[in-house]
Amino acid sequence: MKAPDFDYLRPASLAAAVAMLVEYDGEAMPLAGGQSLMPMMNFRMAAPEALIDLVNLSELRGIWVESDTIRIGAMTSYADLKGDAAVQKHIPLFSLALPHIAHDAIRNRGTIGGSLALADPAAEMPALMLALNANIEVEGPDGARMLSADDFFLGMFETALDGELIKAIHIPVAKSEQRFGFHELTQRHGDYALAGVAIVQTSNTYRAAFFGVADRATRVPKLEAALEQNEDITSVLAHLNSVDFTDDIKANHTTRQRLAGVALKRALKGMTT
Amino acid sequence: MTGPAHIFDKPNRYIGKPEPRADAARLLQGRGTYVDDQKLPRMVHAAFVRSPHAHATILSINAEEARAATGVVAVYSGEDLAKHVTPYVGTLTHLAGLRSMPQHPLAVGVARWQGEPVVMIVATSRALAEDACELVYVDYAELPAAVDSETALDTGAPIIHSELGSNLAWERDVVVGDIDAAFAAPDVHVVERQFRFGRHTGVTLETRGTVCDYDPSEDQLTVYYSGQAPHMMQVIFSKHLDLPEENIRVISNDVGGSFGIKIHTYGDEIATAAAAKLLKRPVKFIADRFESFLTDIHARDHIVRAKMGVTEAGKIVGIDFDDLTGIGPFSMYPRTSAIECNQVLNLTGAPYVMENYRAKGRVVFQNKTLMCQYRAVGHPIAMAIADGLLEDAARKIGMDPVALREINLMADDSYPRTSATGMKLDDLSHKRALRKLTDLMNYDGLRARQTLARKKGIYRGIGFVSMVEVTNPSPMFYGIGGAPIASQDGATVRLDAGGALHVSSSITEQGQGTNAILAQIAAGVFGVDLNRVKVTTGDTATTPYGGGTWASRGAGIGGEAMLQAAQALKDQVLEVAGVMLQTGVETLDIQSGAVTDIDGSVRLTLADLARTVYYRGNELPNDLNPELIATRHYRVTDFPFVFTNGAMAAHVEVDIETGFVKVLHFWAVEDCGRVINPLLVDEQIRGGVVQGIGGALYEECHYSPDGQFLNATMADYMVPMASEMPEITIAHIETPTKTSILGAKGAGEAGTGGAPAAILNAVNDALSPLGASIWQMPMTPERILASLNQADCN
Amino acid sequence: MSRYIDISLRVNGEDVRATVPSRLNLVDFLREELSLTGSHVGCEHGVCGACTLTVNGDTVRGCLMLAAQADGKEITTIEGLAENGQSAQLQAAFTKHNALQCGFCTPGMLASALGYLNTGGSADRDAIRQHISGNYCRCTGYQSIVNAICDVIEETSI
Repeated sequence: MKAPDFDYLRPASLAAAVAMLVEYDGEAMPLAGGQSLMPMMNFRMAAPEALIDLVNLSELRGIWVESDTIRIGAMTSYADLKGDAAVQKHIPLFSLALPHIAHDAIRNRGTIGGSLALADPAAEMPALMLALNANIEVEGPDGARMLSADDFFLGMFETALDGELIKAIHIPVAKSEQRFGFHELTQRHGDYALAGVAIVQTSNTYRAAFFGVADRATRVPKLEAALEQNEDITSVLAHLNSVDFTDDIKANHTTRQRLAGVALKRALKGMTT
Repeated sequence: MTGPAHIFDKPNRYIGKPEPRADAARLLQGRGTYVDDQKLPRMVHAAFVRSPHAHATILSINAEEARAATGVVAVYSGEDLAKHVTPYVGTLTHLAGLRSMPQHPLAVGVARWQGEPVVMIVATSRALAEDACELVYVDYAELPAAVDSETALDTGAPIIHSELGSNLAWERDVVVGDIDAAFAAPDVHVVERQFRFGRHTGVTLETRGTVCDYDPSEDQLTVYYSGQAPHMMQVIFSKHLDLPEENIRVISNDVGGSFGIKIHTYGDEIATAAAAKLLKRPVKFIADRFESFLTDIHARDHIVRAKMGVTEAGKIVGIDFDDLTGIGPFSMYPRTSAIECNQVLNLTGAPYVMENYRAKGRVVFQNKTLMCQYRAVGHPIAMAIADGLLEDAARKIGMDPVALREINLMADDSYPRTSATGMKLDDLSHKRALRKLTDLMNYDGLRARQTLARKKGIYRGIGFVSMVEVTNPSPMFYGIGGAPIASQDGATVRLDAGGALHVSSSITEQGQGTNAILAQIAAGVFGVDLNRVKVTTGDTATTPYGGGTWASRGAGIGGEAMLQAAQALKDQVLEVAGVMLQTGVETLDIQSGAVTDIDGSVRLTLADLARTVYYRGNELPNDLNPELIATRHYRVTDFPFVFTNGAMAAHVEVDIETGFVKVLHFWAVEDCGRVINPLLVDEQIRGGVVQGIGGALYEECHYSPDGQFLNATMADYMVPMASEMPEITIAHIETPTKTSILGAKGAGEAGTGGAPAAILNAVNDALSPLGASIWQMPMTPERILASLNQADCN
Repeated sequence: MSRYIDISLRVNGEDVRATVPSRLNLVDFLREELSLTGSHVGCEHGVCGACTLTVNGDTVRGCLMLAAQADGKEITTIEGLAENGQSAQLQAAFTKHNALQCGFCTPGMLASALGYLNTGGSADRDAIRQHISGNYCRCTGYQSIVNAICDVIEETSI
């Protein structure tokens, strides 16, 4: 299928891009890497009046180490993240997760900001943000604001963005007392996971974010507390009962819950040292 | 009869050698010509409005806006095209009782599956045609849909064709011996299982497509066709578009995979030809991936309840099964949709000696995409039933599955003979194949390692299949039933003035290496270097008449025709050479492009000979009129099919926490008779195995209860990719078929036919210590976990 | 602001200027406007890999990039690779191992393989399989493709 027709705009500044979003009154979509948007358009499932290509917004591309956080421009590609020495050093979770995200040809174009704005419940990146306690810097007609990852993902393909664009992502630099774990279960390499989890352990506290299991990337506070309390794995996993697991053709909710549990166990077993 | 051995032993023979394909370079440089690469002057593009419902009455169609949309050239409804295309019915007389109803290229009155074409838009670009599709308003009244094959025959089920009174398309019973008595005998153990084989489809990487060009000045339709049977399509276009057969030229250039998908009559392709005729200009239709999933034929979709009885000593006394299969709302034209079920009835247990056999097959209509012949038609089902039950029985009586096979496989020296269902079998090697397989895989060592692994909580399994494959079909397959499908194929070999051969054949190239093996045969049999042979296939205007490439028939039938034509040309050339050299023909040979003495010393180059014939005929006696061209046709006689056999094994690991299956290794020993090119055959078998693994573990067309296809994308329909596929070791036994000089049987479908059974058996072997087993394909993590849960509950 | 856009880019070493519909994707542009039909269209949703080609040295999916987004970029298609000799070794190895059948996946597969070689991929069979697992081949069993890529790495490292 061929994409429906649209206006193609290529603003030179973030302000101009935001203005264009306003001008189209919700009928325009920002184009980052396009690796999820283009398939939807090629299926005619998305038919925006205009695409606002963010390619020329150089302020949205880059990786900056800023004392205790790393600031990543929204237009930074997975490939750039994967190859970046600072990311490798300061965000070990990315090194664990990035090889599982699709394939080279997709990673070369797909961007971190695009993935977060889309909020696909099966994607890895939103869960990584939750686990890492990242902050998401956005800019809209009413100015800039910072949202915590916990407040950002509101549902399936639904975020807190309100006519805004993601500008950058702020991720705390890994500390010596932190350990990281990641595991996902896919039948084929590079696919969206049937269930997956990203874990950041800081001393004895945990942030564990699941993906592919519910309508959005999901933390389970009681489960994290149980990990902190060093409860036995059976009672840790019992807290998954509170998750509203997805039923679809690939797995029903029972299978998903089981797989989420396995992913958690395996991620915990493989934590970085 | 087996021919003179020297054909295969000459110094410049190519048969049997792993020669790289000559046309690989072209494809590797992006110079292939697939249908979508055709760009013709004034060409326009088709797109289709398709039924969103599984079953609905079409109340009205409003296409006014679409007609006025930018770039739109024409809009056709089902009624519009029905005036120009006669309907077709997918029945054949040798499948007694098979029923179907007339089918139109676009739905007329009622749409019967989600994706059935309803309105055709022709526009100056595909994008504009799709834009206009969105402006067509079809008013549907939804009808209850018969989706589930298990309930399609129930009283009160929605009936898809009221004229037929029920959704039963065909049924057949096969009864041999007395199965009830055999199962009731005192020392007989009976195992019984219900198998479910999911629907899957071909997913050719190049989607279906066609470019149809009509020239009214000569009433000539030229069809660029991505498919396997150009001459069959010529007849179909002629018959249903009311054009003389000779005015239709069907050309298959490069074909991006086919596997049985591209050998049927698809409404959108027929509509494209009709539109070209009506518009008097070229029309292109290329299915997008969504359309492919919704409209390419699907396959399998069987539910089988089956029993096998074995004695305490391991003798199989018989098989009893009931196969129910859903085929969509019509039987596909012209091959019909009953062949797969018929194959299951004919082939189940065919490797084994068996006195008693009872099988019932029922083929039912349903509101899903049409089902028809896809690679290894019926074989994965037949092999999984017999070999799945066999290994189940082996576990039951505590016997090794290889030992149980040894007891029951037909002896290699027992041919010719028939199978329990009456299939004529010859030149098979089941026992040698199995022995070669167990040696190749170091079976004993593998079992020992399996035991060690189990102690560590690692669940690995080893599974086998002994199989037959139907290849080289005779006229008994289709022609006898009235299908316009040639069972014979022709080959022409021409010596040109430069001493090179131009050969042509009616078999087609879809990537198997057809052109390569034709060149190998012609070069070797005639006596020129391989690089002096040019091959033409896939054009009804320039090749001999024949069936094409399907049912693993290309090499065996088309190859034999080529061998005979090359031999005929050689005889002719030697006769001319004998006259020119004033010597007896029996003292001459052709080697490496020259007429030689028997010892190989050059007497006359072929170029010299050909130039004399073509340019200086005055130097020849007046009564010598050399043709320097020969054509031979070949068909299989005496046998309905030429069966091959094989033995395969899978080694898998089941992650019992997740239900994931990893295939660790796969082995296949195949007896496809004479191997013409091992390089090509080996990878073709591997590709077949991978397709079989796809069906066993990944691929399934999911439908909602109301007939909506739920996973019509490549992200949701899982095909096998490189990362998960095992290394596959191939070995051969060569028992040439006595039906031809070449001795080649087919090899293309063996892997797809056998691998699912081997994988099923391996998974069940892995699960057996846990008391679990699975009988449904694909064996998804969820289904494996369910079987483990079930075992826990027990 | 237009439903057409002017672009200028380099394709296989040649400068190209064109006015294209904004919705036209890169692979359709190459195939239809430039008649570079070596890049194939298999799914139009980025999964099958048949349209994989090289943009500024990176492999990308030609169906998930607009022609408009290729403005100012340097594109190399299979035709360009064949011409400039970059893929000669791979082509020879693919031929030797019969690492293709119908050939429809082949241009994309070569682009991915080349991406692997160019980033210093090792002759580890599992790593090769993982790398090409975004390229669907329905004909081969993938083994011959892995063999071919392995061969090139081993030959080059000698």
